Amino acid sequence: MTNEELKIKITELLPSATFEEGGDFLNINIESKDWLSFAMQLNSDNTLAFDYLFCLTCVDWKTHLTMVYHLTSTKFRHNIVIKSKLEKVNPAIETVCKIWRTAELHEREVYEMFGVNFLNHPDLRLLILPDGWEGRNPLLKDFDDPINMIKL
Amino acid sequence: MVEEIGTTADGDLIINVGPQHPATHGVLHLVITLNGETIKKVEPHLGYIHRSIEKMCESLSYRQFIYVTSRMDYLSSHINNHGCALLVEKAMQIEVPARAQAIRVLLDELTRIASHELWWGAMAMDLGAFTPFFHAFREREMINEIMEDTCGARLTMNYILPGGVLEDIHPDFVKKTKEFIALFKRKVDEYFELLTGNIIFQNRMKGVGILSAEDAISFGCSGPTLRGSGISCDVRKHYPYEIYSQLQFEEVLETGCDSLARYLVRLREMKQSIHIIEQLIDNIPEGDFQAKTKAVLKLPKGEFYQRVETARGEFGIYVVSEGGTTPYRIKFRSPGFSNLSALDHMARGSKIGDLVAMMGTLDLVIPDIDR
Repeated sequence: MTNEELKIKITELLPSATFEEGGDFLNINIESKDWLSFAMQLNSDNTLAFDYLFCLTCVDWKTHLTMVYHLTSTKFRHNIVIKSKLEKVNPAIETVCKIWRTAELHEREVYEMFGVNFLNHPDLRLLILPDGWEGRNPLLKDFDDPINMIKL
Repeated sequence: MVEEIGTTADGDLIINVGPQHPATHGVLHLVITLNGETIKKVEPHLGYIHRSIEKMCESLSYRQFIYVTSRMDYLSSHINNHGCALLVEKAMQIEVPARAQAIRVLLDELTRIASHELWWGAMAMDLGAFTPFFHAFREREMINEIMEDTCGARLTMNYILPGGVLEDIHPDFVKKTKEFIALFKRKVDEYFELLTGNIIFQNRMKGVGILSAEDAISFGCSGPTLRGSGISCDVRKHYPYEIYSQLQFEEVLETGCDSLARYLVRLREMKQSIHIIEQLIDNIPEGDFQAKTKAVLKLPKGEFYQRVETARGEFGIYVVSEGGTTPYRIKFRSPGFSNLSALDHMARGSKIGDLVAMMGTLDLVIPDIDR
């Protein structure tokens, strides 16, 4: 599908979605509460078939966080980016690791690096950081470690 | 919490493989739950070589950050650099001279061959076959020398910069590459004879580490791992970059879904890389090897994504720019991280001896996973 066709189809599925263009892919902004049901539709709809989650990450905008999901379809080869704003304090969003199983490890990484709580994640704990790491999330913009961080 | 060695309430044995273990080829730590010899669960513990490259890149300029990526997948360092340079060029609309494009692709494919050779030797050694290691490293040395002549380094090339390549190729580059190709064409067939047909080897690979096409997609696998499950995913074909769309080569697919299929994909891919190099080596265009760029690179405000096909799969770079000289946020989608996520699923129910074969054919490079 072209971006225009995708837009029409996605507006049907989720009328509250807003679009951004101009980047490499079609960007779709959604509310975090809609994410799980919307993700299921993206995956199971025969004309969309977004079966491949190739990048999952988070961006700290200081006032809020944004979850970014890059999706593609191995059948139709169209790509989209889903973005969802999260609160800075106690950010939380539903997990999608039942739909795209690679999300399990990716979400654990975002959990420890940004402190995002993935609701209903089967095994949400530290992945890369050492055991006993105390609550500070290293990829947040306000993280500072004067001893171990070398400023270039 | 990392489980200590011991037994669970069900009487299952918990053992640790790594972080220092010869079969993990780096500091990968796996905590394995075993029932007798049967694997019940494999849990990766990462971070032993985590350098927080993503955070580091937030304070590096768009010229500097390219070279940090050499230290991620050190066997595909040239291709990683290539991806980063492509991203900057795409965002700033820099035109790369034809000569630089050809040189980049040539070195990409040489890198791919070198990486697959190392994988082939090391994987065979993990399974107890020692000879392939020497065969592979003998030929790999020739590539390393070609790289050393042209780039000045053998492993972390750092040869690419936005707009082209750092220096022109060495005067002996074409001659040496041709010599290598002439020899290596025979050697690949020798590799097949030496190992592929071996009955012990076949028994250890066939039907081991089954990863169905559906699961491989769900786990976000890419590269030879996904192609071994019969799914076409070559970035060079689907999202062609540089001059790949003008080149003739086949995307190698196997439908076995097992370790042998992934093994065959990589071996056959080396032949395709030779084919690409043959098309280019006599046709390197004359001209500049570097475009004129501004001294300070500033990416426009926005988000950019670039993917390239490394020896392990799809390497993606996601950059969020605020219009400054450094990225606001950068995310590296490393192929190894996603491929590793499938290991637990593959290993459940198999014998512990087969785990090494599975890890071998996933071709894990740990710094690439940890970043």
